[in-house]
Amino acid sequence: METQRLAAESVEAAPLPEAPQAPAAQADSQPKTRGRAIVVTSGKGGVGKTTTTANVGIALAARGARVVLIDADVGLRNLDLVLGLESRVRYHLLDVLEGRAELDDALIRDKRVPTLWLLAAAQNREKDDVETAAVQALIERLREAYDYVIVDSPAGIEMGFKNAIAGADEAIVVCTPEVAAVRDVDRVVGLLGNRVDVKLVVNRIRPALVRKGKMLSVDDVNSILRLPLLGVLGDAPDVIVATNRGEPVALDENAPIGAAYRAIAARIAGEDVPAPAAPDEPAGFLEKLGSLFGGRR
Amino acid sequence: MVEQVVQWFRKLFGGETSSSVAKDRLRLVLLSDHLALAPDVIEALRRDLLDVISRYVEVDEAHSDVSFEHKEAGIAMLASIPILAMRAREPQPEPAADAAEACSSAEETSILEAVSPNGRSDNYGRRPRKRRRRKASGASQTAPAQ
Repeated sequence: METQRLAAESVEAAPLPEAPQAPAAQADSQPKTRGRAIVVTSGKGGVGKTTTTANVGIALAARGARVVLIDADVGLRNLDLVLGLESRVRYHLLDVLEGRAELDDALIRDKRVPTLWLLAAAQNREKDDVETAAVQALIERLREAYDYVIVDSPAGIEMGFKNAIAGADEAIVVCTPEVAAVRDVDRVVGLLGNRVDVKLVVNRIRPALVRKGKMLSVDDVNSILRLPLLGVLGDAPDVIVATNRGEPVALDENAPIGAAYRAIAARIAGEDVPAPAAPDEPAGFLEKLGSLFGGRR
Repeated sequence: MVEQVVQWFRKLFGGETSSSVAKDRLRLVLLSDHLALAPDVIEALRRDLLDVISRYVEVDEAHSDVSFEHKEAGIAMLASIPILAMRAREPQPEPAADAAEACSSAEETSILEAVSPNGRSDNYGRRPRKRRRRKASGASQTAPAQ
């Protein structure tokens, strides 16, 4: 912890892009506590990192926190699309890091939830173009002005991942109930090391399949990973529909999955929300009867 | 209640669910991943093993090897430690010295047990007794007697 802080301070002087104070710092005259830097990662691709980042981020912002989301998936920009902000991207992370744009100009402010900002990824560049120390310094700066800096990590454990985790001291690992996802999360947790406070979100659980023994349960997954459980998310069609429209489902008061994302945000904020349970999906009589008489499980 | 009845019927009709297969496979593959990612732990284990065995017999350290084998039911540790000769028996120790000796050997054993990768492994690696014994005695046959 201490060494990390020291490292962050030492890079402050080096390749820090010249950018003005974030808007928050100007507005707030009273001294603020340092914001939290959280990376959302998983190892395996396609498990819902970006969707989780978008929804947890917007849910935290809807609670009144000042939140910056950083898309660190350089070359495969997507967080803007999930948030419905794609038409407003002018500058991206690398423009800021390389001094072509001011941080203020690159941060896109959400119109639905005005305490949410997005820093998009570069689309025409590669992950190796990013300098780890510069990202770290940028996150350090953002933490002075915002309550949460949430970094959407790319899949994999190479340079892009290393850049994404460099400035964070908390991590949300997203895992689906699949063998490959669990193995990759285990690996990623090993790479995050003891420096980072890691919590688990189990995504795309299908309770009906779990009951039939056709899908790993949350307990199965976590009996192997043994991580503090931050949230459990069902495999909900509402998420697909919301993403189609670019309207984060966490803002949808009527969708149960929206409530699940808001519960995660509340837990992150330190609220004592009841232990995450598997989404409710009561088994029908026929399903129960059918499971008695076998079938492929 | 209904769940319990369902569980009971499931047991009655037998058959492993694919999720329990997945869980078992994961447990094994992660243990094997952790072992592969912890060469320093394996080396410490090899050293400790050699230390303990050397108290009783003379071993060929250069040709000793500790490896792990993926078996169907678990992961087995295989220690191949060629034995060169018996150690000369020490004269019958005093009762006090005997107690001290027993104490120190107990310590060594506990160190061995504590070496588990990431603290996550359970009871794997307990099976290869037979093979280990065969290998060791085979080596001792070819080794020059003192």
